[in-house]
Amino acid sequence: MSKKADGCVQPAGGPISSATADASPETPFPERKPIMMARVGHQAPDFEASAYVNGGFENIKLSDYKGQWVTLCFYPGDFTFV
Amino acid sequence: MSTDSRFTHLIWQEEELSKMVDGGVPFPMLSDAGGAIGSVYGVYDEESGVDIRGRFLIAPDGVIQAMEVMTPPVGRNFSELVRQVQAFQLVRETKGAEATPAGWTPGKPTLKPGPDLVGKVWKVWQPEKE
Repeated sequence: MSKKADGCVQPAGGPISSATADASPETPFPERKPIMMARVGHQAPDFEASAYVNGGFENIKLSDYKGQWVTLCFYPGDFTFV
Repeated sequence: MSTDSRFTHLIWQEEELSKMVDGGVPFPMLSDAGGAIGSVYGVYDEESGVDIRGRFLIAPDGVIQAMEVMTPPVGRNFSELVRQVQAFQLVRETKGAEATPAGWTPGKPTLKPGPDLVGKVWKVWQPEKE
């Protein structure tokens, strides 16, 4: 796989929800305080995150995986022991 | 997904994970710098500034079917994850006509919830005999 160039800063959208309004002239700094929204039986909160994948860097959205079973795992940190 | 950057993920994959798993882990390693995504999933710990161990099983339509959140020192059980995927897939294939009792694994009897089963589960499922 060809390796894409990558800068130091590659903004990813983070959580995506209807609660996070877009910036506008009236609200240049919209409220983006994340709220715990993950519940079984409900839609998984969508997000965009920067990622290391197949030897390169890209931004990945959870919604790109619609149609597949997805396991989303959080862990405390790289190089931790467990 | 962790609060590490994608650069740290690259080095961890190359320096350590690829020596534990042939070819390295085959899935995307996501970065949650700042913990905003972990907060939405209820796993970001503000005091330590990291995402604690959380696992979410998401169906093809985007609905969360299962979640497991643990304090950091205990690792996950991969075979239990696979068992849950198999059980949720069966429920989905039967459009909810079948349910899987505790400890179900593929090939074992399922339950068919309905008026006929009320009070009669003992006739079709005996956990002691499994």
